[in-house]
Amino acid sequence: MTVSGTDTGTDSNTATSTGATTGDDAMAATPALDIDPLLDDPATRIIVCCGAGGVGKTTTAAALGVRAAERGRKVVVLTIDPARRLAQSMGIDELDNTPRRVKGIDETAGGELSAMMLDMKRTFDEIVEAHADAERARAILENPFYQSLSAGFAGTQEYMAMEKLGQLRARDEWDLIVVDTPPSRSALDFLDAPKRLGSFLDGKFIRVLMAPAKVGGRAGMKFLNVGMSMMTGTLSKLMGGQLLRDVQTFVAAMDTMFGGFRTRADATYRLLQAPGTAFLVVAAPERDALREAAYFVERLAAEEMPFAGLVLNRVHGSGAPQLSAERALAAAENLDEGGIVDQGAGNAGVRDSSAPSPTAEPTPDETSDSQGGSEGQSGTRTVEQLTAGLLRLHAERMHVLAREQRTRDRFTALHPEVAVTEVAALPGDVHDLAGLRAIADRLAAREAVEPVEYDRSDQPVG
Amino acid sequence: MSRLQVVSGKGGTGKTTVAAALALALATEGKRALLVEVEGRQGIAQLFETEALPYEERKIAVAPGGGEVYALAIDAERALLDYLQMFYKLGGAGRALKKLGAIDFATTIAPGLRDVLLTGKACEAVRRRDKQNRYAYDYVVMDAPPTGRITRFLNVNDEVAGLAKFGPIHNQAQAVMRVLKSPETAVHLVTLLEEMPVQETADGIAELRAAELPVGNVIVNMVRPHLLDEDALRTAAGERRTAVAKALSQAGLGGARRGGLAERLVDPLLEQAAEHAQRVELEREQRAVLARLDLATYELPLLGEGMDLAGLYRLAKELRTRLAPGGTS
Repeated sequence: MTVSGTDTGTDSNTATSTGATTGDDAMAATPALDIDPLLDDPATRIIVCCGAGGVGKTTTAAALGVRAAERGRKVVVLTIDPARRLAQSMGIDELDNTPRRVKGIDETAGGELSAMMLDMKRTFDEIVEAHADAERARAILENPFYQSLSAGFAGTQEYMAMEKLGQLRARDEWDLIVVDTPPSRSALDFLDAPKRLGSFLDGKFIRVLMAPAKVGGRAGMKFLNVGMSMMTGTLSKLMGGQLLRDVQTFVAAMDTMFGGFRTRADATYRLLQAPGTAFLVVAAPERDALREAAYFVERLAAEEMPFAGLVLNRVHGSGAPQLSAERALAAAENLDEGGIVDQGAGNAGVRDSSAPSPTAEPTPDETSDSQGGSEGQSGTRTVEQLTAGLLRLHAERMHVLAREQRTRDRFTALHPEVAVTEVAALPGDVHDLAGLRAIADRLAAREAVEPVEYDRSDQPVG
Repeated sequence: MSRLQVVSGKGGTGKTTVAAALALALATEGKRALLVEVEGRQGIAQLFETEALPYEERKIAVAPGGGEVYALAIDAERALLDYLQMFYKLGGAGRALKKLGAIDFATTIAPGLRDVLLTGKACEAVRRRDKQNRYAYDYVVMDAPPTGRITRFLNVNDEVAGLAKFGPIHNQAQAVMRVLKSPETAVHLVTLLEEMPVQETADGIAELRAAELPVGNVIVNMVRPHLLDEDALRTAAGERRTAVAKALSQAGLGGARRGGLAERLVDPLLEQAAEHAQRVELEREQRAVLARLDLATYELPLLGEGMDLAGLYRLAKELRTRLAPGGTS
């Protein structure tokens, strides 16, 4: 407050310069999610990253893998559907369903990193080949119904992701598996997969489907009662006889394998619940993403899954949180006026000048137009224009911060117990190991992006 | 203007918002639009700030000029029972199938059937006529699955028609495909000016085209204004620091001397400017990629205050002005 001479407006400047604490205690009370201890703990064997689409789930999984490996763990990252360049950054752009060693990892701590991309069809085929004799396997693999099913309709991806996780765990070649979850309509579908399969296998429907095949197979066993035949009649009418036959052949051929399917699905489900597993929910500080995150947190609790915390990606910060958006906009306006009208003492009109409302759209075109027009004019005017631009940019940033803070507060109010780590936004996308390391550094940074006090006037009215 | 408007996009690009805004924009001058949700997320209800939508078409908004927007959250299981009832009068048998687990099987396990039901219901709404033989809805706007799945989702009927080579499922699948592959349909992709969503958009368009599905427009969402032009950004570096500090001081933000309040703002402000410059450059590259797709591209602004009902109407207005001149039938 006492720093300088010309600061006639210091009062509102220092009002916010207490900076580091937030107006809401909610955020201050939020426990921090410490990534490194989680990665270093030999008891951590599986980390599952889940979250809505587009929040950086796969990138987070890859970054965790890189960091854990460089800290000495033997890690495998299982990605489901990575963006091409992210996959390339880890050297796994071939989709061959096998973990590949990632080159360029610092292995001096004794760790290593492998990565793989899930190939649904291949995974499904392998199960069939492993659990059925050659002839039966061929019958299944050639069945049109199977071919469609395995090629990845809704649901299959979730089963196969879980199956692959179980396989990787069983191989016991890695001491940490990091899994990215499928971008399903409800991103926790993979939790339902085993149960869904179970209820289907226990259901009567499968017996109806299998009945005719069995009758055909074991001539003379006429246990098919009238109700059943009526039902298959209905099914035949609905599906067409040929499709029903395909389904029946498929179900009959799979019959011997179903038990194994369920056993493994159940085993994977229990594996997820075990203490060696840690679920991370990934989100961005946006309303929809955090709403989904809240749903995941509740769902994981209901399933008694070991939930470690929330990774909040793409959080913005500012080096000048003490300067509020309103004040920056007012100053920018002041500079604009100063450039046009000769107005020496600048702040005279600030208080009642109708500064654009903070939520109103800035006027980029005007700004850049006038800048373009000012070329060749005297330097001072350009500097004022430039400074006004810097201030508008800052105001925009402060609005982003305020909005992110509000969405976070809303989440925290619902789930104050959830540990959070914040990852500062990067200007561009990640394409290489260096980028993944940078993300990982931010993930593991103990200090959260500093929460910024925002003016209450930033809140939308109502 | 196609009557079935399918809106897809990478997760996080705001496709639900764009779909809703599009429905509002199309519902002009007494027209009726049906906004359809297929992923069971209740995103539309949240957007319109109403309670969860039931499986029933209900009016959720009145557009400026008297148009009406109806919404429907399609539930695969209910759609199947409806369908059974409608075509086979299977009231009792439907219930028996449900008890057996057949409905569950059909809507969650059987390959593609769920997607057949969802697309089928949307196409039914497109074709439906009232007693005066007018279309029940002028437009149907679908908040569709994300880009990565959209082609497979829309094309599922082709696959099913191949699987069930005859019979009612086959016929139904074929009928749906006729609508989806006709000019009656347009598939729009929502993206952001970021690398991954743009790449996914390009891939998605290639897939849609390969499957002979009608590609509509690219809608670039959440476009942020460029507050500084590049010349200004270049000048921002280095030698102007003192001058900037003076200007800040002149604007009433404290002292320009070393350690003064205004002077201490200079570094953070220039750093933000540098980040901004980097973003502007990345966005320029992404715009170039989008331009090569050779499709009409609309841009929608980022709403600073976040998305709410007022913002939705603003986006609808933006879309309406863009749709108006090119609004060929």
